[in-house]
Amino acid sequence: MSTTRQYELVYLITPDAPEQEIAELHTQIEQIVTRFNATLDKTENWGRRKLAYEIGHHREAVYVVETISSTSGDVMKEIDRRLRVIDQVIRHLVVRVDEELAVAERTRALRKANQARRRVARGLPPEPAPGESRGDQDMDDDRDMMEIQR
Amino acid sequence: MSEERGGRGRGKGGDKDKGKDGPRRGGFFRRRRVCKFCAEKIDYINYKDVRLLAPFLPERGKIQPRRISGTCAMHQRKLQTAIKRARQLALVPYVTD
Repeated sequence: MSTTRQYELVYLITPDAPEQEIAELHTQIEQIVTRFNATLDKTENWGRRKLAYEIGHHREAVYVVETISSTSGDVMKEIDRRLRVIDQVIRHLVVRVDEELAVAERTRALRKANQARRRVARGLPPEPAPGESRGDQDMDDDRDMMEIQR
Repeated sequence: MSEERGGRGRGKGGDKDKGKDGPRRGGFFRRRRVCKFCAEKIDYINYKDVRLLAPFLPERGKIQPRRISGTCAMHQRKLQTAIKRARQLALVPYVTD
């Protein structure tokens, strides 16, 4: 239960907000994060970007992505509540990503192990050599996979 | 496949069909579509990557069905959530007229 959860927070700020206000918002979030004993892993400012559709008369917005890890979900609840109130933030989204990334990592590892096993079965070294042509390699691998499934 | 067998294909394709008279074997060779994510070994479909999602959103902005794009069931599901998240953030449209 006490595993670390990883969250991604994306929020959109109105394009007419000054730089200073964006920085202020960031420090506000930082404060909440530290208050809840969580860590702010990464911050990405995409800058001004065109919206795919209008949100309250705005055609552009400033996108900020933050990656936060915490042991409980209370931080995100608080951040979510705060962002809801602030008018400059026109849209925000919180996604828990640790589980999805773990699944992706697992499939990657599984595929690598499978590939190594099949290569050994064919009398090749487990790791493909850097000079080996990738296209043919992949096709061979796919065919082997189908035979196993049958 | 079946229409080829019933109609005009009968007389013309008589010789051609001789060799492969097995059950589900048409004279036509259909190109097999491969799931993009399986082929390119993309494990995590990132909702922030607009360039990855864009080919699955035809001009109306609707999610392209599996039968057209050829995506496998697992990846279509993941693609679906990714597109829906991207829509909330106005990265990709809900509808375009």
